[in-house]
Formats: sequence, C-alpha cells, structure tokens
Amino acid sequence: MEERWNWLAGGLALGLTCLLAVYMIKPIGVSTQYVILDGIIWNAVSGDIVKKVPKAPKGYSSPNPYLNKSGGKYAKNIAKPANYGFIFVLSMILGGIISSLTMAWRPPASDRTAPPVWQKSFGREPVKRYIFTFIAGLLVLYGARLAGGCTSGHMISGMMQTSLSGYLFAAGVFGSGIPLAVILFKNGDK
Amino acid sequence: MHILMAVILGALFGFVLHRIGAANPQNIINMLRLKDLHLMKVILFAIGFSCLFLFLGLHFGILPKTHIHVKTAYIGVIVGGLIFGAGFAIGGYCPGTSLVAIGSGRKDAIAFILGGLTGAFLFMLSYGYLKHTFLFTKIAGGKTTLANTGIAKYHALITNLPGVAVGSAIGIAFMIIAFLLPLSSDNPND
Repeated sequence: MEERWNWLAGGLALGLTCLLAVYMIKPIGVSTQYVILDGIIWNAVSGDIVKKVPKAPKGYSSPNPYLNKSGGKYAKNIAKPANYGFIFVLSMILGGIISSLTMAWRPPASDRTAPPVWQKSFGREPVKRYIFTFIAGLLVLYGARLAGGCTSGHMISGMMQTSLSGYLFAAGVFGSGIPLAVILFKNGDK
Repeated sequence: MHILMAVILGALFGFVLHRIGAANPQNIINMLRLKDLHLMKVILFAIGFSCLFLFLGLHFGILPKTHIHVKTAYIGVIVGGLIFGAGFAIGGYCPGTSLVAIGSGRKDAIAFILGGLTGAFLFMLSYGYLKHTFLFTKIAGGKTTLANTGIAKYHALITNLPGVAVGSAIGIAFMIIAFLLPLSSDNPND
C-alpha cells in the first residue's frame, strides 16, 4: 500500500508551502515553464525566435505573438533561463527524487507504466498507455496555456487569493474531468 | 538569492506533492472518479488554510501586497479548464505532478511531459489566430477577486464587507468542507 501523509498533515504542508512561496517571492505556477522550455528548444533549432531589442519593454522580442506578449516577458525568460520560475519548476523534479529516495514504498514496476485503474480498464500494453498519456499531456498543456495557468497557478494560487479566474478554471477542470473519468474508468474498481 | 529560493521552494513543493500522493496518477484518476477523495480533501484544506492566512497576512501588513498576482478571468479560462480536465482524466497527471512523478520512475509521466511540450507549442502557434476572438473576452472586469485585497488594480466582487472578513470566511469554509468530505466511498479506513 502506498505511503502518503494523512489528508490533514498533507493539506497543512501544501498550504504552508504555497503561503511561504507568496510570502518570499510570488504565487506558485508551473505551466508557463513548458512554454519557456519549448522556446529554448525552438530558438536553439532556428536561432531567430528570440531577439535582443534594447527598446522593447523587457529588452527582448519574438516574431511569435505568444512569446512577444506582455512586452516580451516570455522572450526574455527564454533568453535567460536561469530565472526564478524556470529554476523553481526544474527543482520540483529534485523534490520528487528526494521524497522518493527517503521513502520505503516504491511503485511496483507495472505501476510505472500505467496505474492499476488504467490497467483494469485498458490493459497492460505500455505503448497504448504512453500514446494516451502523450495525448493527455497535449490536452492539459494546451488547455492550461489557453486558460493562462494550471492546477498550481489557477487552482491553488488563484483560489487562495479568491481570484475569480481560479474558480472558473476549477469549474472547467472538474466539469469535464469528473464525468470523463467516471465514464472512461467505469470498470476500474477502486 | 532568488535562484537559491527557487531551488528551495521548488524542491519543497515537489517533495510535498510527492508525499501527498499527487504524483501517483492512480490517486488523481480515483479522485476524479469520486472513489478516493483523499487528494481532494488535501487540496481543499490547503486552499482554505492558505486563503485564510493570506488575507490575515495582508490585513496585518505581514504579507507584501506586491507579492499578490491575480490572473485575468476570460472565456478561455473556462474553455481551457474544460480541455485541461479531459487530459487530466485520461492521464492522471497535471503539469507539475508529472515532473514530480519522474522521481518515482514513472515512465508514463515522461510521455505526458513530451505531450505537454507539444501542447504548449501548438498553443504558441495558435495564439496569434485566437487572441482577437471571444476566447479572450474578459469576465467581470478580468483581474477580479471575490474578497477585496485592498490593491487598487484588482476589482473585488464583494465590496460591502472588509476583504479580511470575506477572505477568512471563504478560507474557513473550504477547511470545513475538507473535514466533512468522506475519504472514500468504499474504503473508510484509509
């Protein structure tokens, strides 16, 4: 059985972490950094996606309208990836590794390709699971960028500030996520 | 200094997400199927707790007002949330928890992240065509909160009561809901 903190301890730890981040720097957000990594790769391949423009508000501009929005904020972060938001998100991987190494429980090998609830409904074929999780990731990040944030930025950070946008995002996520999960995994047992 | 804080806070956030079981897609899918509400209780409590102390911190001048970042509410927040929810149900990951899941050696998380980078890239390409459509029509003034933050650039929906009272009441309400919600429909001993 998986070890996890009881819900109250977990809720306190998560709440304190989010408060500490706001107190020290700013609210937590993750999904923007997928754009930054894309931009770094795109710029490395084509070389002209981010340009240094001293008169631009942030000092950088991009021919891509999305990277150029808000005065070239994303363009600047692509040119200078050693910034708070990008390092924060990379460090989350480190946090996951530290937690995993200091915990007795490990997911069994079959769980690492697909969770049991998936296996009960769709079988154990790894490639099938990878194709569907790839599509899931595509939908999640397309949706998050359209919405301007994800579970961290909109739902937790947004709702703790009572932002209307956070509540609307949560309504959308659970509005489609709950019925779809119920239908997709109706043979998934517990 | 900012970079050091990014490493510490990012690793802490990743660690906590891992320990509450959020990096295990089984737990996300079973939350959306309403079979295991452990994670839902954690998130609701974390939002409530951080909301309460955020508004108390603002009221007593402990939390710097410049650290508050309210995101804009627009039609795309709801539409993006609906698209996000579909991927969330299929994959059982969100943009942050997939990164943390690498630490547990989950291979489907890597497929999700690659899909996520693709989804974010597709959004970068489509933004120029979408930015003048109804998707970016603001809702209720855009940067809007329920409780008054006392910051002029953010509108509040509830203006006849002090922000600290509204924010605290909402925070406490979330914590009460977290307590009342059952852990699961068929495993009360979790």
